[in-house]
Amino acid sequence: MIAVAAFYILSAIAIASAFMVVVARNPVHSVLFLILTFFTSAGLFVLLGAEFLAMLLIVVYVGAVAVLFLFVVMMLDIDFAELKAGFFTYLPFGGLIALILFGQFVMVGGAWIEKSVSAEAIAAPTPAAAAVTNAEAIGRILYTDYIFLFQSAGIILFIAMVGAIALTLRHRDGIRRQNVTAQVGRTRAGGVEMTDPKPGEGVVL
Amino acid sequence: MIGLSHYLAVAAALFTIGVFGIFVNRKNVIVILMSVELILLAVNINLVAFSSFLGDLVGQVFAMFVLTVAAAEAAVGLAILVVYFRNRGNIAVEDLNLMKG
Repeated sequence: MIAVAAFYILSAIAIASAFMVVVARNPVHSVLFLILTFFTSAGLFVLLGAEFLAMLLIVVYVGAVAVLFLFVVMMLDIDFAELKAGFFTYLPFGGLIALILFGQFVMVGGAWIEKSVSAEAIAAPTPAAAAVTNAEAIGRILYTDYIFLFQSAGIILFIAMVGAIALTLRHRDGIRRQNVTAQVGRTRAGGVEMTDPKPGEGVVL
Repeated sequence: MIGLSHYLAVAAALFTIGVFGIFVNRKNVIVILMSVELILLAVNINLVAFSSFLGDLVGQVFAMFVLTVAAAEAAVGLAILVVYFRNRGNIAVEDLNLMKG
């Protein structure tokens, strides 16, 4: 009973806040509603018994992606009222497309639910929740059967990181930077000078 | 009782809102990127719902990969956005014809 109520509350908040992401005037509000959507979706994942993915959703989406969005929105000085100008022009067309799409989803879903999946089609049966935790069960197949996909996910993240840095890095003139070659290539002869000053004369540098 | 179709309905609604957002915010790249994130989230909900109701863990593994790709896509997309803003001073998509080829 509580699970049913939780499902309806969470999904209502998720859909409402997703709608607010799209229609909010201020992009900062959009990002905050996006964070709310991610949190409620994580709640739905917990209801589905996928606790590991729920926590991953919060860590990755809220902790990294949404903060990145917030950072960019606040860093760029943009006139957002001007960007919002065409909203009502595209509203009827966008609404029509969305309605058609939703109708197609309902039809496809309704057609699928009639069928049942045979037991042989299941690739990795979920172990009993009492015996193995969700994170451990995912780890058992992720690091064995899907190790190459896991590694390629790491490569994708690495390439994205290199690409983002390569895109945004810029070299400005007139800035003193660390010159590692010059630092390492220093010798004693070039860095130290021996003098033998007489008393009271001091050293001329 | 909450069944698979309930979760599929939520995911379909989120996906539809994402597509709707791309259409109505045609000038604002940031909101378009957020709409793409919403679409990927809907896909994730679908994968996890099927995984849970069919008793097959592979769906959750694939949801993880979708999450990875979404994070990479957001990082590269926002980097391109920052570079574009640095060059042009605004982010209107309609002026985005620098790469005519």
